[in-house]
Amino acid sequence: MRLRLVPQETNINFFAARKVTFGASMVLMVLSVVAWALMGLNFGIDFQGGTTIRTQAEQPVDVAAYRDALQPLELGDVAISEVYDPTFAANEHVAMLRIQAQEGAESAENEMVANVEAALKGVDETIQFTSVESVGPKVSGELVQSAVLAVLAALGAIMVYIWLRFEWQFSLGAVVALFHDVLLTIGLFAVLQIRFDLATIAALLTIVGYSINDTVVIFDRVRENLIKYKKMALQDVMNLSVNETLSRTVMTSGTTLIALIALLVLGGDVIRGFVFAITWGVIVGTYSSVYVAKNVVLMLGTKRDWSKPSDGGPGGTQFSTSDA
Amino acid sequence: MLQISFFNRLVIWLLVAVGLLVAMPNAFYSRVESHNDAVAAIESGGATPELEADAAKWPGLLPNNLVNLGLDLRGGAHLLGRVQVEEVYAERMKAMWPEVRDALRDERGTIGTIRRVDGPEDQLRIRIQNSDQMAAAMDKVRGLARQVVSLSYPGATDIEVSAEGDVLVVQLSQAERELSDQRTVQQSLEIIRRRVDEVGTREPTIQRQGSDRIIIQVPGIGSAQELKDLIGTTAKLTFHPVVQRVSSPDADATGRTVTLPSADPSEEGVYYVLEENPVVTGEELVDAQPDFDQNGQPAVNFRFNASGARKFGDYTAENVGSPFAIVLDGEVISAPVIRQHIPGGTGIISGNFTVQESSDLAVLLRAGALPAGMDFLQERTIGPELGADSIRAGAIACVVAFAAVLVFMALSYGLFGIFANIALLINVGLIFGLLSTIGATLTLPGIAGIVLTIGMAVDANVLVFERIREELKTAKGPSRAISLGYEKALSAIIDANITTFITAAILFVLGSGPVRGFSVTLALGIITSVFTAIYVTRLLIVTWFERARPKTIEV
Repeated sequence: MRLRLVPQETNINFFAARKVTFGASMVLMVLSVVAWALMGLNFGIDFQGGTTIRTQAEQPVDVAAYRDALQPLELGDVAISEVYDPTFAANEHVAMLRIQAQEGAESAENEMVANVEAALKGVDETIQFTSVESVGPKVSGELVQSAVLAVLAALGAIMVYIWLRFEWQFSLGAVVALFHDVLLTIGLFAVLQIRFDLATIAALLTIVGYSINDTVVIFDRVRENLIKYKKMALQDVMNLSVNETLSRTVMTSGTTLIALIALLVLGGDVIRGFVFAITWGVIVGTYSSVYVAKNVVLMLGTKRDWSKPSDGGPGGTQFSTSDA
Repeated sequence: MLQISFFNRLVIWLLVAVGLLVAMPNAFYSRVESHNDAVAAIESGGATPELEADAAKWPGLLPNNLVNLGLDLRGGAHLLGRVQVEEVYAERMKAMWPEVRDALRDERGTIGTIRRVDGPEDQLRIRIQNSDQMAAAMDKVRGLARQVVSLSYPGATDIEVSAEGDVLVVQLSQAERELSDQRTVQQSLEIIRRRVDEVGTREPTIQRQGSDRIIIQVPGIGSAQELKDLIGTTAKLTFHPVVQRVSSPDADATGRTVTLPSADPSEEGVYYVLEENPVVTGEELVDAQPDFDQNGQPAVNFRFNASGARKFGDYTAENVGSPFAIVLDGEVISAPVIRQHIPGGTGIISGNFTVQESSDLAVLLRAGALPAGMDFLQERTIGPELGADSIRAGAIACVVAFAAVLVFMALSYGLFGIFANIALLINVGLIFGLLSTIGATLTLPGIAGIVLTIGMAVDANVLVFERIREELKTAKGPSRAISLGYEKALSAIIDANITTFITAAILFVLGSGPVRGFSVTLALGIITSVFTAIYVTRLLIVTWFERARPKTIEV
């Protein structure tokens, strides 16, 4: 009567097709970088400055009419998109306008917003601005900087931590897996042209956090099994560890995905991009823990005698597991 | 083994109880909020029956801390402004000129005549007739310098004096600039706070960011524009003697004068040439109130302090019949003719005000002028409806996510799943308890953080339960399997959560606004989920085990 997503005993050979899976991951990483370079990211105003306006009206949104109304204002690059969401009421029609940073004084932005409001009221009396946000070019430059710094700092800190707790091979494997997750997410955002803003960076860091969590749990088991089965081949130890923790991996990813999907469907459109990134990241992160991180460790090899500290560094520091 | 001392049990239950008690007011959000508002109102302004009734809605003995709702949930305006600290340098130099002039005049015998020449606003440039005596002139000006107390520049003085040919250049030293910036930003912060408080909105956030920036968040205000009107105005009020009235901004002005436009729309194209040094400034105001002038037009009356009143009184006594300009932020509001001596230091400013404008101006004058102007680098307005929609959507998503996870856990682990579910409920309670205790702000991404925590919080339990299952396979007794399960899973739990915590900490340090809100809930969620998984579920299981004494267990 118990719900079992994974049979009690599994003996799947996860590394049978390691060249194919690892190769596929590498190809996807390269493709992501290519997509990023060729298609570019659909940056939000956080990163390039400008103004976004969220409008709400009782009549259905007519993007063409909005565009025509704004034409005479000569605002430069204007993107208008209609927003759909199952949580909206029948007479709730929402659109997002993104307008490039205006030349000239800071007061130009305010006038611009007032002009836009007047112009759109001409199209639809009931239109309201439910949120207006503008970011100056100076701040957006700094935001890009601190975002890149945040991701790199997170990767660096994790690398150090894993190195302290395990071995440098594990640390490298974990970080390659994280790069994989981050790049694949960026690639997906480039391909689907989903808006990439500060919240997306937060999502990337969350993915990093989740994926490392998953990777570390399996690493932990690998370490334990390496001590237990001193003579077993590394690949077999890895395979055993992944099989032993498989039930847990599926359970945890399952509960997290259940929660995220609820948020994705019901949480409203304001955070949909953010939740979407995290959901994708959980899937990719679970995959990469097994197929990227372990593969890297397998290729690099690791020391086999875990009973004494290695010469190369402070690796393998262990917390006491006897009390608590 | 499966033993937890009585003392440990007590501590665990006590922590849970305290956490839940602190979290409880959030379940009655609007009621507690009106109670808190009423209590604050009674403290500051005395009790009325309505306030008493509101205050009685929530027992005073219970905790009343609430989680602050961020702007994206409540609606309001956010501004990131930069204080134009350089303006103060120019002011300082302007104020320094008479002092420098007097000092150099005393030496006229050796250095000859002096003349101020134009240059950048933050410098004072003086041409010296006998340029071979430059050293003497520099010494004299250096004598005016004051010591600066600064840790990074020991022994520095406030001004730097240098020579460029026959021109003597005075400017603020680096040490003094830094101190001046510090003071300017601090003062701006204080004045903005006073202005925002005067309009009486709930829980505004006014924080300094970096060296010269200020973040202002005001929930409930209609738009960022309104907020900017309130705090973006310098509100610098000065009273100047009028030299002449002209019709062009580049009218011929001799001596130290300024030409300023009229603020009156009926006087478009009219400019006033004024003496540069004001008779008296708004800094000497002690009060300003909206009022009506003798024609029944909205106006603002004001009162000077003693020294302001004396200057104002003396000047009006000596200049009956001359016009006198009232200047606000570089515009002449009005230039009445002085009809009689005005003693007592009170007066009235009438311009073409609406009632709203006159009361706004009174607020600005009471709060004081900003020491420097502000640029706005980032602004955000969120309508209250959008915030309400977001809360509703977030709450529904939370409940559904929660219910789904609870069912999933119960189906997968049976009785143990129910223990984990109880711990999960406690976990969410504890997150809210911690959030309200530290006064954190809940944002929309923060709600996402909680949902994510719900998903991830079960991870620690899953690790333990899976481990217990494994231990059971090797046919140890149930008691031994449970205790081994906890022991062996601990290392993985700690490693996994520390790494996640590292990313949350980095998000907190480098993120801002809503993202920071997300990192806070994520980090608190990690702490509470480790606590509930390691201690609470374990205690639940042990308590159950002691009572039931099962021969076999199924996880």
